[in-house]
Parts: sequence; structure tokens; C-alpha cells
Amino acid sequence: MLTTEKAAAWLDDYARVIHENAAWLTDLDRQIGDADHGSNLERGMTAVEAIPREEYPDAASLLKKAGMTLVSTVGGAAGPLWGTFFLRFAGALDEPGDDATVVAAAMRAGLVGIVQRGKATEGDKTVVDALGPAVRVAEQKASQGASLADTLTAAAEAAAVGRDATIPMVARKGRASYLGDRSAGVQDPGATSITMLVESAARTLA
Amino acid sequence: MKKLINDPRDVVAEALVGLALAHPDRLRVDHDNAVVYRAEPTRPGKVALVSGGGSGHEPLHGGFVGLGMLDAACAGQVFTSPVPDQVLAATTTVDAGAGVLHIAKNYTGDVMNFDMASELAAESGIQVESVVVDDDVAVEDSLHTAGRRGTGLTVLLEKLVGAAAEQGRDLDAVTTLARSINDRGRSMGVALTSCTVPEVGRPTFDLAEDEIEVGVGIHGEPGRERRSLTTAAEVAQMLVDPVLDDLGTVSARERAAIVMLNGMGATPLLELYLMFGEVAKLLAARGIVPTRTLVGSYITSLEMAGCSLTVLEADEELLTLWDAPVNTPGLRWGA
Repeated sequence: MLTTEKAAAWLDDYARVIHENAAWLTDLDRQIGDADHGSNLERGMTAVEAIPREEYPDAASLLKKAGMTLVSTVGGAAGPLWGTFFLRFAGALDEPGDDATVVAAAMRAGLVGIVQRGKATEGDKTVVDALGPAVRVAEQKASQGASLADTLTAAAEAAAVGRDATIPMVARKGRASYLGDRSAGVQDPGATSITMLVESAARTLA
Repeated sequence: MKKLINDPRDVVAEALVGLALAHPDRLRVDHDNAVVYRAEPTRPGKVALVSGGGSGHEPLHGGFVGLGMLDAACAGQVFTSPVPDQVLAATTTVDAGAGVLHIAKNYTGDVMNFDMASELAAESGIQVESVVVDDDVAVEDSLHTAGRRGTGLTVLLEKLVGAAAEQGRDLDAVTTLARSINDRGRSMGVALTSCTVPEVGRPTFDLAEDEIEVGVGIHGEPGRERRSLTTAAEVAQMLVDPVLDDLGTVSARERAAIVMLNGMGATPLLELYLMFGEVAKLLAARGIVPTRTLVGSYITSLEMAGCSLTVLEADEELLTLWDAPVNTPGLRWGA
């Protein structure tokens, strides 16, 4: 059972990582986008940190609030995408099953939401290139009876591999797509910051 | 970075304070939501127009709120789309029973945030239609990109559709008009220098002293190609040809157009008029008559130097709408 404390720790850890990496994320975005990804996510996660945790009785309600906060504060494409991820993730937490199965299913729900909103598929050089493999690996591990810790660690590794695979890709969605072939050679900022989210989950949720 | 600002994080909020103080007769600003409204509420039965986008393009959009143009404009952070809460607040406030048209520019973030807002507005029973402006011919409109970007045509569209709404046309008619304007107008820009987003603190892209970015986007996105700086006459050709080629103007017969030669923020009017002279010659050679014109800085990219050209083929209906009274901080005639 994902506790409120663990969900709060996940959010706090992710906020810390975003604070630390905001300038780098913005710089990646400067190379192939519009130079705001780090500062936008940082503004959103600062607002998430300020959510009064005691008002939310369970992990689902806290994560739902985090999603709504991100939609309201981030702007750009990341606001709707990250917000939708948390809203759908939170909405799937009442499914039956062991922790690893529930979290893998919640990650799948978040991914489905992102794909519906952004209409990207794998290979477009977006967040989906990291999150897609992470979800598949999480589901596979969970179905083999792995612990939540092992499931999330494997998912984080898969996300990082997916993130690195965006480097040679030519973008087909978002502002990077305007660059055409010139978008190749730079790691996708969205794939980078979503990988940080999965890595944060691996550090805190298990 | 050399800017007249206090804290880079407060630039948009503080600019809205100044905008409200500068135009108290025409504008009212909701500072909590960063939404600019007309001083007077929407006339009952009038379709309301809500636009918005990232800040840094002033006077677009807040400077185009007022009689004959927008009813509300949502100000995002610099070069970042507004959030659904802002668009929803604006939509709810300006709806006067005849529905609301959302005008967004075609960027992934803007489209997603406006979509979320219209879904929420529709759930609360407000009639909402949307038009997404995508006029920038520098980007190929294909499955391999996010589609053409929304740029200069947004200014002309907000003026023309604003006039139609003021006449009392219903939401369907206003929406149809907006889409047909989007189909008939095209733009292309060129940058001589980059711009610097206040929160980033350094130039968005690097451009050598003797280079220009042909087809640049209004956020400093790359264009079609980087070339050596050349004469205004040659730069005009680089803008006119792709715009007219995309519009498919092969007819020998003369055609009327509304033409905007827009400054990106740091280009003096002297150069803009010089460029307009060059552009007008080339348009004339291809049978385009700039029946109505705008020369000045109407959709900017912070302190970027450069200009963009927008050509909108115009029939009598559009010319009449263009001439209708407008009274906004950024555009005013006949009222």
C-alpha cells in the first residue's frame, strides 16, 4: 500500500532533483526547444512542495493535488503532461494487487494520459521515449513477482536507457520538431526530467 | 543580460501592473490570474474572444484587448503558454451568453492548455469554439513536425474577428470566419539577433554578427536556414517568395491583401519602412496589392532584431472588417 508519507517523500525528492537540475534542463531545452523546461518545472515543483500535506488523507488525494498544482503552475506543454501523469497515476492507485503491480499499473495509466494529451509515440524524441520503456519494464517485473523496490529500480534503468536513446533522434513533436535534422545530437529535456521522476520513485516509494 | 527589470521572476506580473495603470480607461487586469479584460463587461449577446499565450510578444495579446478586438487575454510566463485555470477564468468572466471563441497560436503547450480549458468550460455549460493560428511558412506542415507555428497572422485575425463579433455575428459565424482567415494568411520572419528570456539570462540562440536566421520563430526557434547578412532588398525576397509560394499566388490578376511588416522588438521603424518599400515592390511584381497595411512592432520577440512579413488575401468583407472601429492600447482607429 502506497502511504501518504511515501507519496510525499516522492514529491519532495523530485522537487529537490528539479531544483538541482533546473538550469541544466533549461539549457537542454535552449538547444532544441524554447529554453524554459527547467524553470517551468521548478516553478511547478516549488508549488507542489508548498501543498499542506496534512490536508490529504491518502497518497491518491495528495498525488491528485500535485497533478492539479502542476497543471495550474507549469504552463507550456509540461504542465498538462506532468499534471495528467500525476492525475492518472493517482486515479489508478485503488486497483487490487501487490504494491509492485499497483504502481506499475498506475505508471501505465499516467503514460496513457500523456499519450492522449500529447499524441506522441515512441521515437518522436519526447518524454514517451523514456516513460514507455520504464512502464513496460515495471509491468514485466511486477508480473514476475518482483518487489516494488526491484520493479522501480529496473524501471528507472529502462527510463535512463530510453532517455539516452533520444540523443540521436530527430524530433517529430513539440518545438524541437521545428529544427528537423538539427534536433539530433541533443538529449530530449522532457525524457530527461521524466527519467528523474522515475528515479525519484525508485528512491522513495519502495 | 541588460534589461529594465527588477527580479526576473516578476517581469510578467510587474508589466501587467504597468499595463493596468497606463490604460485604466480601457483595461482591467485580474492580477491573480494574469488576465487582461476590457474595462467594460461583454455586451449581452456578443460572442466573446479570449486569446493568450506566452508573454514577451507585446503588444500581443494584452495590448489587443478592447473595443473591436479581444475581450480577454491570458498572459503566460515569458514564452510559456498560460495555464488552463487562466483561460477558464477568462472564458467564464467574458461569456455573455453567446459563447466564447478561443484564439490560440499553434504551439504544443498553447494548444494543450487551451484544450484543457475548453473541456472544463464546456463541462460548466459554456459554448466554446477554438481556432488555432498556424501561418508560419518557415515550418513544413507535415506529420514530422508539430505543424506550422502561429505568428503574425494572429494580429490580423484578432482584429478582423473582433470586428465581426462586435457586429453581432453568432459563434458559428465568427468561428468560420476565423478559420477562413487562417487559411488565407501566411507569414515568415527573419532575425538579425537573438533574444534573451529574463529567467534564462542569456541569448536563446547564437547568431554571429554577420549572420541572419531566415524563417525564425517568435520564440527564437530556428528557421529554414542561416545565411550571411545581405541587403534589405535580398532579405525582402527571402520573405516574400516563400509566403506567396505557399499562398499559391500564380494568378496574373491583381489581388488585394492586408499586409503587415512587423518588427521583432529591436528593429527601428526606419528599417521597417525601408523593408516595407522593398516588400511592396516584390508584391506588386506578383500582383499583390497591399490594400491595407500595418508597419510597426505588433508581435514581438522580446529584444530580438528582425522583422516578419504577413500577407492575408482580402476580399471586400475583410477590408470592411479591417476598417471597423478598434480601440485597444496596441491598435486604434475610428473609435
